[in-house]
Amino acid sequence: MELYSGPLDATEIFKSWFNREKESNYGAFITFVGIVRSEDNIEALSFDIYEPILKSWFESWQQKANQRGAKVYMAHSIGDVPLHNVSYVSAVLSPKRRVALELIDEFVEDFKANAPIWKYDVIDGKRIYAESRSTPMSGAGLLN
Amino acid sequence: MVKVEFLGPIGYPSIEVEAANLADLAQKLKEIEDIKEWLSNSAVAVNDVIVDSLDTPLKDGDRVSILPPVCGG
Repeated sequence: MELYSGPLDATEIFKSWFNREKESNYGAFITFVGIVRSEDNIEALSFDIYEPILKSWFESWQQKANQRGAKVYMAHSIGDVPLHNVSYVSAVLSPKRRVALELIDEFVEDFKANAPIWKYDVIDGKRIYAESRSTPMSGAGLLN
Repeated sequence: MVKVEFLGPIGYPSIEVEAANLADLAQKLKEIEDIKEWLSNSAVAVNDVIVDSLDTPLKDGDRVSILPPVCGG
């Protein structure tokens, strides 16, 4: 798992993951790229991350992937990411395509639901919490 | 004392409180006007592990994190 301040250089990150794994005998390498899209007059998105829990979330996914003979990678931005830049990349490698195709879906969806990352729209230089697009994590409301 | 930190958009400074378990802590947090509204949709971690029971005991020096709704990517 890799965290970077500002936008991600997706091609460099994929290149390093690819070079690291090309001799590992995986037959499938499936990637996902999250790009900041122009909508509602935003200038950028901005992100806060709570690293200790993100790390344990990622490690539990690595274990799940390993049990299916696969491996996961991810990188995310911290702070501001302007329009049309990359804020999130992930990848799944597996010996055969089917496991990687299924895992990339589960991995990215669970990332959206449970990775401790908070998103803000940047409009006129101000950070506004993207409340309506956010999801309560599993177990939310315990103290209510 | 237990340290409570409010993550992401909550924007409230960390506090230290006396609480024997999470049920006890919940009562104390409900008294804070700026925090109350976040409790219904926030997850809770004790020492960086997400927990799911109000019976979770707390001891001196524990860190509790309040995690509001997320949206990565």
